[in-house]
Amino acid sequence: MSSRTGLDIAALEAVYDQLAEAIDQAGDEGSEPMLVKLALLLAQEVGDADRFAQLVEVALQDLQEKRR
Amino acid sequence: MHQPASEPRRSIYHRYRVYPVAPHPARADTVPVMVVGAGPIGLVTALGLAKAGVRCVVLEAERQVCEGSRAIVFTRRTMEILQQVGVADEVLARALPWRFGNSYYRGQRVFRLEGPHDDDQRFFPMNNLQQQVLEEILCDAVAREPLLDLRWGHKLVALPDAGGSGDAEVEVDTPDGPYRQRAGWVVACDGARSALRTLCGAKMEGTAYEGRFVIADIRIRLPLPTERLAFFDPPWNPGNTVLMHREPDDIWRIDYQLPAGESPEQALAPQALRSRIDAQLASIGHGGAPWELDWCSVYSARAMTLPDYLHRRVVFAGDAAHLLPIFGVRGANTGFQDAQNLAWKLGLVVRGVAGPGLLASYSHERVAAAREIVAEAGKSTRFMTPPSRGFRLLRDAVLSLALTQPFVRPLFHWRTSRAHDHRDSPLNDPADDDALFGLGPGRGAPLPNLRLDDGSHLLDATCGDAAGRFVVMVFDDVSAAALQPAADAWLGQGVPVVLRRFGGNARQRLAGAHDRAAYLLRPDQHVCARWVAPTPSRLDAAMRTALGFTATEAR
Repeated sequence: MSSRTGLDIAALEAVYDQLAEAIDQAGDEGSEPMLVKLALLLAQEVGDADRFAQLVEVALQDLQEKRR
Repeated sequence: MHQPASEPRRSIYHRYRVYPVAPHPARADTVPVMVVGAGPIGLVTALGLAKAGVRCVVLEAERQVCEGSRAIVFTRRTMEILQQVGVADEVLARALPWRFGNSYYRGQRVFRLEGPHDDDQRFFPMNNLQQQVLEEILCDAVAREPLLDLRWGHKLVALPDAGGSGDAEVEVDTPDGPYRQRAGWVVACDGARSALRTLCGAKMEGTAYEGRFVIADIRIRLPLPTERLAFFDPPWNPGNTVLMHREPDDIWRIDYQLPAGESPEQALAPQALRSRIDAQLASIGHGGAPWELDWCSVYSARAMTLPDYLHRRVVFAGDAAHLLPIFGVRGANTGFQDAQNLAWKLGLVVRGVAGPGLLASYSHERVAAAREIVAEAGKSTRFMTPPSRGFRLLRDAVLSLALTQPFVRPLFHWRTSRAHDHRDSPLNDPADDDALFGLGPGRGAPLPNLRLDDGSHLLDATCGDAAGRFVVMVFDDVSAAALQPAADAWLGQGVPVVLRRFGGNARQRLAGAHDRAAYLLRPDQHVCARWVAPTPSRLDAAMRTALGFTATEAR
């Protein structure tokens, strides 16, 4: 079951490190496919296409780094 | 002067018949219907018109049937349509029936599709036969119909008059010189590069996909069953997709996507073909097996339709009306449904008993079907040939996950052609009792082909003498006696209607507890009204609607 309570700070830090290491492990060629697979696995875990669409919108925000 | 080839087309397994050039028509009379194009859709349309009692000329520019196997997979719904025009037995005697499809990635079968099948069905979900063989079977059937005149070697070259309130006129070129022919209606079955579409200025809407495929037929003995084989990202053609289908006579169809940047000419060069086909055979464990090429071509995937299939007195059907990707065997199989839908309607128009909305309903129903198919075809095409970086990333992610994660495997489903439900057809009677049934086919759906207690099938009742007719289905004597006079009255006015009584399991499955139930079937086997409590006046009202009259118009 998905939980809306979120991760506590220790768990978030663990996810942060795992994801960074997984991207490095997958390498330049493999990191993007790995992230897409991960997104599909998480979407299946969430089990809610509308919620997934909202999260895609959030992820699309502020992608371009703005420099002054 | 039009000079069609007189040499039979080359093939290592099919002996093409070359038909004599038809003479110029003796009389300069107007034909009720002219079908342009003797492909499978034109031939089935003509046969359907003959069943409806309508005289019809078929123009064919060539003197022989199509080159190469082209459309090879015919669905159950197509077989039901072919049965109605009287050729199903001949087709079944030659075709290879099948129902399983397999998708492979990295040597592992990641998806197996089972075409639905049960004891009720007369026909398998899929049946493989080369198109040119089917066309010759259809040509023989056309030759047996006295109402049909198939003119080989006659090419439509111009449309001086598309008609309107009056007849259309076409200009035809032949080896003996040109002539003009007037026709009440012109049916454009002249294929993907339809000349009539251009002459009418009609424009397709939809998407043309970038991926191009080689399609090659080889003769080879392979100890494999008749199943669809799809190979994703094979080592010899990275990132692309390969399909294999078995055809009769030890012929195998191999389709594969061209590498980006390669031209059709390069792809069809003998050495390129040979090395790739050898590589594909090696990748499935049959490297080195001897094979011989019969025919090859290149196609691109398009999912497009005309927005309206009527242009004054010209009516479009099949590839002339829509272009659909072949991955879901939708091209010809959609066209046969057009042909069946159009033939009875045009037949009643020609016989002067149709209401003003009948022919318009052809375009309404079939454009809706094509748009639905275009949307579905788009999904499978985006999976087979990803059109952008995003779609490619997702497709490749699904391939990778499919090796271990069952939840993604349904994405391999290729959404094959199916019968369309004309649920929102203007020919349906909204005042019927559809909602009260709780079983059986709903209003707009095609009748299921139930196996009856005597071993025959339900749709047999719509074939033979009943082909081209409305069928009133009843399940007891009371309804039969009540409705027979109304059916006879319609027949007396020139509308072909038969009443048939069913018992046993047909009654159980279609009427259930409603002893008095009745169904009204259109000549194309779709339900347009059904009642738990039928009366003659309710039947009359549904007949008027089904003939394209509005409720207030007299019949």
